[in-house]
Amino acid sequence: MVTFDRFVLSNGLRVLVHEDPSTPMAAINILYNVGARDEDEERTGFAHLFEHLMFGGSKNVPQFDTALQRVGGESNAFTNNDFTNYYITLPAANMETAFWLESDRMLSLSFSEKSLDVQRQVVCEEFKQRYLNQPYGTAWLRLRPLAYQLHPYKWATIGKELKHIEEAKMEDVRSFFNRFYNPGNAIMVVAGHVTTEEVRKLAEKWFADIPGMDMPQRHLPQELQQTEARRVTFKTDVPANNIYIAFHMGDRLSEQYYAADLLSDILSRGTSSRLYRRLVKESQLFGEVNAYLLGSLDPGLFIVEGKPLAHVSIEEAEQAIWGELEVLRSQQVEDYELEKVKNKVESTMTFSEMSILDKAMNLAYFELLGDAGLLNAEVAKYRSISASTLLEAAKQIFTRENSSTLIYLAENHDGQKHSA
Amino acid sequence: MDRSIAPDYNEIDRFDLISPQYERWANGMDVFVFDGGEQELLRIEWIFENHYLEGKSPIVNLALSSQLLEGTHSMSSAEIAEKVDFYGAFLRPEYSFDHTSLVLFTLTKHLGKVLPIVREVLQQAVFPENELQTYIRNNKHSLGISLRKNDFVARRLFNKAIFGSDPYGFAPVESDFDTLRREDLQRLYQQQLCPANCKLFVAGKIAREVMPLVRDHFDDLWGGKTMLPSRSQVAERSFLHSVDAGKLIYEEREGALQSAIRLGSLFIKRSHPDFPAVQLLNTILGGYFGSRLMTNIREDKGYTYGIGSGIGSLQHAAFFTIATEVGVEVVGPTLKEIEKEIKRLKEEPLEADELSLVKNYINGTILGSLENVFSHADKFKQVYFQGLDNSYYDYNFQVLRNSIPMDVMETANKYLDFDKMVKVIVGKY
Repeated sequence: MVTFDRFVLSNGLRVLVHEDPSTPMAAINILYNVGARDEDEERTGFAHLFEHLMFGGSKNVPQFDTALQRVGGESNAFTNNDFTNYYITLPAANMETAFWLESDRMLSLSFSEKSLDVQRQVVCEEFKQRYLNQPYGTAWLRLRPLAYQLHPYKWATIGKELKHIEEAKMEDVRSFFNRFYNPGNAIMVVAGHVTTEEVRKLAEKWFADIPGMDMPQRHLPQELQQTEARRVTFKTDVPANNIYIAFHMGDRLSEQYYAADLLSDILSRGTSSRLYRRLVKESQLFGEVNAYLLGSLDPGLFIVEGKPLAHVSIEEAEQAIWGELEVLRSQQVEDYELEKVKNKVESTMTFSEMSILDKAMNLAYFELLGDAGLLNAEVAKYRSISASTLLEAAKQIFTRENSSTLIYLAENHDGQKHSA
Repeated sequence: MDRSIAPDYNEIDRFDLISPQYERWANGMDVFVFDGGEQELLRIEWIFENHYLEGKSPIVNLALSSQLLEGTHSMSSAEIAEKVDFYGAFLRPEYSFDHTSLVLFTLTKHLGKVLPIVREVLQQAVFPENELQTYIRNNKHSLGISLRKNDFVARRLFNKAIFGSDPYGFAPVESDFDTLRREDLQRLYQQQLCPANCKLFVAGKIAREVMPLVRDHFDDLWGGKTMLPSRSQVAERSFLHSVDAGKLIYEEREGALQSAIRLGSLFIKRSHPDFPAVQLLNTILGGYFGSRLMTNIREDKGYTYGIGSGIGSLQHAAFFTIATEVGVEVVGPTLKEIEKEIKRLKEEPLEADELSLVKNYINGTILGSLENVFSHADKFKQVYFQGLDNSYYDYNFQVLRNSIPMDVMETANKYLDFDKMVKVIVGKY
């Protein structure tokens, strides 16, 4: 149970406070409701590039990190397709510094040319390090546009291509800031050795004079129901074959999301899971195989990914995966197995309460979903999913017409690569 | 309100560390209990110092840890996995330079159900042949994939160049896996995973029933039949300098967009009186986001997504390392800038302002790393396995507080020598 108080400033900034006196630290998490899905298709990767620029100084704080490190704090951020999340941890006694820093960059970012030049390069190196220069690193750049044809989830957060980042201009930066970075579009959570009263005072002091703005409604193109199987194969220089199958599924608040999450746990969470037991250990077709959700807010993707061993053909490997999905579509999961994956959900939620930063991020995320209180209802929601709901979800999700398959074929994958 | 004026701040003047309850049990096991936190959960670690079978490669040690959960006299691999997962617990073996461990995370309410599983694993593992063959096959497969990652390869080459043929430098190749024999795993299991070689760390909210339960499973019923090898059986491991000191090791990768760079040398251990000083130096150079290397090579030049340095303090040795991945066209300039930053530290005293910032930053991260009872246990382990105790942190705090810019310069001159560092480049140069 993560307790919290909530108040809203007159400019629209929502503030949540979680008091945890057992730590000497405080975590300040600010979530901006803007992600890669809000980008222009011709300028992708921008929300993430912008996140880098938020560390490039603001009107009264030439160097964000320096000012924070001086008081014993640390900071970082991440961007995904749905939102951008900034966080600071620091000794609670120095909490006010975080308010100073966060409010200043919300009020007036510096828009420094030098920062834009450098961060464009840094993000291009990040693009290479995480996507282009890794085996299978391009998978998401290929799988997303295969599965999504209309919704902006069709591009990855890092962007479609290096060129989009290289061409980012200062005027784009300014208009992005003006459009999305304002108090009404942000959720601030303060957790740790703090009191709601102190936080309220500091929030009023530092954030209240930042002008509020009405946020335009989001109108994203929604994906049409997929009606036939999609498939792309790349024969390329990778060390081993790899299969990705993506299925469309419900949005984050749908019952199907919870069912799908439990299905993915049944398939591949822990070493007792079905795919691991049956395809890795028993039939010995795969070196590794996993099932997981991308976890997006709008209707998302259920992914099954596996690397077949060298002697196994792609056809045989795919058939084995589909075989397991077919079992989920045709046979109700036994109570015991359902109980098992629900127990794991419960213990994972409990362990996440060990960290104030995790708690702060979770509260912000659920507040974005509509109400931070949903966090404390999660376990009950998972508990309420029945075996018949799982069966129904499996039937809807795991069909050929709903699948997008991406195959990497290793150029030298000929079954005799183990010669010493 | 004048936003250009930073709010006042407080310097951190103390850390309240949780000291463990210590006991030695009759079977020779050392037990450390950390009580704290509100959540009804526990982390229990059984930590065994690594032993090596004479004439055998450390691949046996790697395999031992991976195969621990693959079967006991009465439970198959599948049954072990099933039971652990059913209780929502996490049980995993870990293998590091010095230790083989089994780590359990569990809700306290299921402790009585999961401890018997752990007991079986630690007392009656059988290492089934078919599981070993699966392990061999899958690890050869995944090694093939990892070897295509430049940073993975760079780390292997680096360890080898620093530690040579010592187990610390061991990096398995495919054929090593083929040498694995079940009998060797069993032998090592008997020799190494015995109570006398076990340190037990229990952390969490220690309700009254917790320790009696643990004791029931691991004291009385886990006899001391096995013996530690005598001193003379343990080969003396000494490290005077990096095996390939000063060498440039280059592995070319066709079509690379980035090169992984790793450089460094043998270093001093945490038990050395200068350790707090070198840690301060390391932080300034590459140990945090605002470090000299990050500021110059990422935030000024944009050569990389990240660059950092670190000190690994092991039981028998220590090493210093700088690591990054950079665009292939800027490998040379990156090396030059690294050299320049080291030179600057040796020749120019840093500004008092930078020094005080780094001191505050370090104290803040120490405070932040004490946020829950698990991290208190981790802090203790960090010093304990180096033959120290929590008073190290007071000493560290004092050294930090008294450090002046000249001290940092002296430490840099004493411990950093770019020319003698091993330099590994994987990609294009």
